Amino acid sequence: MNDHHPMPGGDRPGIGPPLWLLAELTYRCPLQCPYCSNPLDFAQTAQELSTAEWVRVLRQGRQMGAAQLGFSGGEPLVRQDLPELIAEARQLGYYTNLITSGLGLTEAKVGAFRDAGLDHIQVSFQASDPELNNAVAGSRKAFDHKLAMARAVKDAGYPMVLNFVIHRHNIHQMSDIMSLCERLGADYVELATCQYYGWAFENREGLMPSRAQLEKAETEVNAYRQRLAAADSAMKLIFVTPDYYEERPKACMNGWGSLFLTVAPDGTALPCHSARLLPIDFPNVRDTDLHRIWYDSPGFNHYRGDSWMPEPCRSCDEKGRDFGGCRCQAFLLTGNADNADPVCGKSPHHDRILAARTAAEHATAGIDGLIYRNADNSKLLFRG
Amino acid sequence: MTDRLASVPRLRPGFRFQWEPAQNAHVLLYPEGMVRLNESAGAVLKEIDGERTVAAIVAVLEQQFPDAGSLQTDVSDFLSDAEQKHWILFT
Repeated sequence: MNDHHPMPGGDRPGIGPPLWLLAELTYRCPLQCPYCSNPLDFAQTAQELSTAEWVRVLRQGRQMGAAQLGFSGGEPLVRQDLPELIAEARQLGYYTNLITSGLGLTEAKVGAFRDAGLDHIQVSFQASDPELNNAVAGSRKAFDHKLAMARAVKDAGYPMVLNFVIHRHNIHQMSDIMSLCERLGADYVELATCQYYGWAFENREGLMPSRAQLEKAETEVNAYRQRLAAADSAMKLIFVTPDYYEERPKACMNGWGSLFLTVAPDGTALPCHSARLLPIDFPNVRDTDLHRIWYDSPGFNHYRGDSWMPEPCRSCDEKGRDFGGCRCQAFLLTGNADNADPVCGKSPHHDRILAARTAAEHATAGIDGLIYRNADNSKLLFRG
Repeated sequence: MTDRLASVPRLRPGFRFQWEPAQNAHVLLYPEGMVRLNESAGAVLKEIDGERTVAAIVAVLEQQFPDAGSLQTDVSDFLSDAEQKHWILFT
């Protein structure tokens, strides 16, 4: 979101409303991408929220001021009640985004969702060619179907947003990816380098690009941007680079419990879709209403403000800018979520980031060495 | 921009303009994004209906804000900026 100023109208001093609601409708998915952001133990997740429960969540969120709504997953298309949820959301006044792999999408559904009031469909790709795309997705026919669905989305009059997750095995395709997007008539292209949470953290060594790969990709994106600007093209390239190559951490989620509220398939409410991995007790929409969850729950208040910060964040003059970085990354890399995000050069654990960079220089494994995200591996990893 | 007075601005497909009580502001919503508009930007975008020309929008706003004097330059500049940001299109 472009506007990050504290909003008036919140119900607690200093806490603005959750403007962004992410509805993770399900963890079920026909693909097996090894960088999936879902939790490793997704296969153990309790029963999904019912249609009526989701409708209640949508109403409560809108009442509080949420304006952007993402339907995500897993693959949200496996929920048979999706058209009903879209219609409810649109009628409430949300801007409704469907974030999908395209698998399970048909031209008829693209049209039906349009009629229900869906504002935007984002289709994700794994590569610019079928061979690599299908190998990464763990599905043999994914690519052709994605192309067909991207075209159907465009034909139905939606804005076209294409998402490519970038890693060491497809980063060399950057130019091909951008020209594919231009040919398809994309309005926005997200070139999102893997963020190392969930399955991507397990597979980090096999996914993280080397610095040389990254620099080459950046040069290509910048050149392409200049070409687009010269042609007055409206296609917008959004290149998300991995924070592992930064010296200061990202202002994760624009601050804990500041703008974003995620509801997981089983109703767990989270300040971001990764936070489930933290040793914090998060509330559930099944037994607490969203307003209480956002403003009053210990989980959502845990890292608000800066009184929780240890050094070096506590006395750092940049703490108001980056909030100490990402709590999940601090936890994954140091075992304590209170610590400064090790991406920061001031962190005493920054050596862990440097070690990951070194590993990326020397990594040789192919994509067949990655752990694919599926129920069998989920049960295996969770037990281990 | 003066040659634009007779052209008709409309929101780019996928963009939605609406009032948000929680933010006490008009906002522009688009795929995975939102801009909170200041009062004057909100007032101009509110008059874009896909039928009115720039000249007609200026006239409406001058009627709404009689103390503001001529608004042609301000409105034209804002719309030109909005076009460059790809929020609106002209037909």
